[in-house]
Amino acid sequence: MVDLAIFITLLALGYGIGQYAEKRHYRSILEREAKLNFLPAIAVRFPPPEPHYAQALVYGSTVVSVDYFKRFVAALRNLFGGRVMVYESLLDRARREALLRMKAQAEALGAKMVFNIKYETMSISKGARQTVGSVEVLAYGTALIEPHA
Amino acid sequence: MLISNMELIPGCRVVEHLGLVQGSSVRAKHVGRDIMAGLKNIFGGELKGYTELLQESREEAMERLQQQAEAVGANAILNVRFSTSSVAQGAAEIYVYGTAVLLD
Repeated sequence: MVDLAIFITLLALGYGIGQYAEKRHYRSILEREAKLNFLPAIAVRFPPPEPHYAQALVYGSTVVSVDYFKRFVAALRNLFGGRVMVYESLLDRARREALLRMKAQAEALGAKMVFNIKYETMSISKGARQTVGSVEVLAYGTALIEPHA
Repeated sequence: MLISNMELIPGCRVVEHLGLVQGSSVRAKHVGRDIMAGLKNIFGGELKGYTELLQESREEAMERLQQQAEAVGANAILNVRFSTSSVAQGAAEIYVYGTAVLLD
């Protein structure tokens, strides 16, 4: 009985706080994305040949964790198979956040654009029964900086 | 030292190829951070402690990469790639590698 009460409390806490935190995070992501939109970040391997820009490696990373409720839903999903929407939003958040951090670093250097973007995803702490606990996403690329005239 | 994840640099010629250079760093998190992370696993959201830890680790790996490149007499590292793997429960390895070259 006590176990069940703890389980339901954790589920409710996870759902309430998790949803609230996710909404807030998305709001902040959208806001910063609009602000950094002037800085193109593209996955092209070769930069334009002219003019000759100075360049620097920039990267941004974040570690994001799922909440208790989402983990429970994902475990249920494992029974039936299919699309696990709860993890999709987790990875989406992490990727966009990592790219934003990279862009912020590029902006601080006065970059015109960022080239050759690559993503790297890792699941760190695995929970019980090999469920996903938290993921780290790293975004990196080469910032092209206009040389001082 | 020019570090770039591009394969060639416009306007620069590669004079000499000096081979692959690498840097790695394995870090474990301490207990305090683990407890905080345990709480975060209920509520979800960003684990700032882990983000910082991996960031520090990455900087250290980059430093080692640079040292190795200096040792072979390179002035640039091209085509740099990052790779991460969780080696054991509670420890992560950050690995950076690239090609050391001499640019004119």
